[in-house]
Amino acid sequence: MTTSHTSPRPDSRRTGAEERGGLRVEGVTLALGDGDATVTALDDVHLHVASGEFVAVVGPSGSGKSSLLAVAGALTTPDTGRVLLDGVDISRASSREKARHRRERIGFVFQSGNLIPALTALDQLRFALDVAGRRAGDGHDPRELLDRVGMGHRAGHRPHQLSGGERQRVGIARALVTRPAVLLVDEPTAALDRARSDDIVTLLAHETHESAVATIMVTHDHDVLGHCDRVLSMVDGRLSE
Amino acid sequence: MFLAWRELVFARARFGLMGGVVALIAILVVLLSGLSSGLVNDGVSGLQRLPVTAFAFAEGTKTDSAFSRSTVNVNQARTWKGRDDVGDAVPFGNMLVNAKVTTAAGAQTPIDLALFGVDPGSFLAPAVSDGAGLGDPDGIVVSQTVLDDGVAIGDTVVIDRLGTRLKVIGTTGDQRTFGHVDVAYLPLRTWQQVHAGAGPGDEAREGAYEEATAIALRARDGNEIDLSGGDAAAGTTSMTLEDSFGASPGYTAEISTLTLIQVFLYAISALVVGTFFTVWTIQRKHELAVVRAMGASTGYLMRDTMIQATVILTVSTAVGFLMGVGGGALLTTTPMPFALEAGPLVVAALLLVGLGLAGAAAAVGRIVRVDPLAALGGQR
Repeated sequence: MTTSHTSPRPDSRRTGAEERGGLRVEGVTLALGDGDATVTALDDVHLHVASGEFVAVVGPSGSGKSSLLAVAGALTTPDTGRVLLDGVDISRASSREKARHRRERIGFVFQSGNLIPALTALDQLRFALDVAGRRAGDGHDPRELLDRVGMGHRAGHRPHQLSGGERQRVGIARALVTRPAVLLVDEPTAALDRARSDDIVTLLAHETHESAVATIMVTHDHDVLGHCDRVLSMVDGRLSE
Repeated sequence: MFLAWRELVFARARFGLMGGVVALIAILVVLLSGLSSGLVNDGVSGLQRLPVTAFAFAEGTKTDSAFSRSTVNVNQARTWKGRDDVGDAVPFGNMLVNAKVTTAAGAQTPIDLALFGVDPGSFLAPAVSDGAGLGDPDGIVVSQTVLDDGVAIGDTVVIDRLGTRLKVIGTTGDQRTFGHVDVAYLPLRTWQQVHAGAGPGDEAREGAYEEATAIALRARDGNEIDLSGGDAAAGTTSMTLEDSFGASPGYTAEISTLTLIQVFLYAISALVVGTFFTVWTIQRKHELAVVRAMGASTGYLMRDTMIQATVILTVSTAVGFLMGVGGGALLTTTPMPFALEAGPLVVAALLLVGLGLAGAAAAVGRIVRVDPLAALGGQR
């Protein structure tokens, strides 16, 4: 992995039909704050992640990794540029439309899982389907998916009864249950030990390929990058190979 | 509904505490409602059960003293009766007296009575459920509450100072009270004698038999009485039956006080529910941000919270009302003026739930301001 502003654009190798699928970020700029306190969080970022590709974005705190996820996940509108999801620009959509894109096309995996305390592991997945307005059989089968991430035996347990690694596994299954086109993963190993971190990223890599989803994972953890198809570096809002 | 129900079960202690507070308020609302109904019955049930559209009092009479200060002339009743929109107009006497009852066993017990003087042949004459109807000059028909206090048909009532002896000949079979005093109907002429202060064998002063407290008006079928027109013609000040309730001693003050307390209770309930859901929403801010990041619409989240509020309010109000009605049933056996009536209770329950929902709705408005960005670690 190299970190250089003069390196080729991270999506420059991909052309043709391959570029129409997955997630494409084109010339995105995002400034945060006002007046003298303005910070350029994203600076002319270009990125293409194909369906079934697992891309890691590393960089120091404040480099813009989370801002990239926010823009890619339709949580924030960029100042310039656009975000294409399977060829559809979602960056300029209304709040309502963005919410629809998030529940139908985008899956989030948060730090520590960020599970709903009142719900069992199985209900976390059912809830995601309910939010997306999906009926049974319209997404993954929740119980089957829990089995797939190795959490079938803990289906009836609530988050406080699960370990950090188990919570992340449930979080991954929750993000995938609606069959999203894009999976955005925020520091999934931040609260895990080395062995569990490796397990979780291995699982993410497997599910990315299995579910043919375009995955972006931002992380500080350089030990898990070996499982990724590509590793990008972000410094001062600029993305490079 | 998916999340709402599961959160209710998961955080049942928290919701239970809040529901407990609402249930306690509901109990208080039931007791106050029962007290209000009881006071209404005690204060004006005697008036409520008169088949009267309006009363015409002496000209210039104020509402709060109408029955105790007003004196009209029977000729004014004739003027009212001659009007097209009036079906009937008869003199009505009303006065409070202290008396003693001599029971068949010879025991004497003090009793207060509201004497309603009515013409036995008029539309004001009460129907009796037991005993004889009004007619005998010395006979009185009393409220059932008089018999409940140990007085029997056939007992004699002696009015203090005058010594006028009246015999209990019948009962209305229901509660008829005025200003917390039991009603006794008696013939208008006997009432006029008592009102004039004439004891047995005394001659009432001149004009006494031409007087009454007010003129009871009954509208002609399908008509509304032109009260101001009638007042101008008869030289009276009239008011509807409902308006005349304010002339019952203490009635307005009692009802106003209880209404004020009830209004405060409703406001407190709305505030309690609103505060609970405000705190609940603030506590779940990060969780709500995650759900919004997952794409849940504001409507989805607000609907969920309002379902929780509806369940909590409905269940706790129902529990509180059941407990209140149970406790209230015990109070009806005491001398306390207390009456459980379905109408006011249903209105109170609907108000409690409705205002609680309004409080919750105001609180969940915060959901709109929850930023889904907060779900991302770097934005926390």
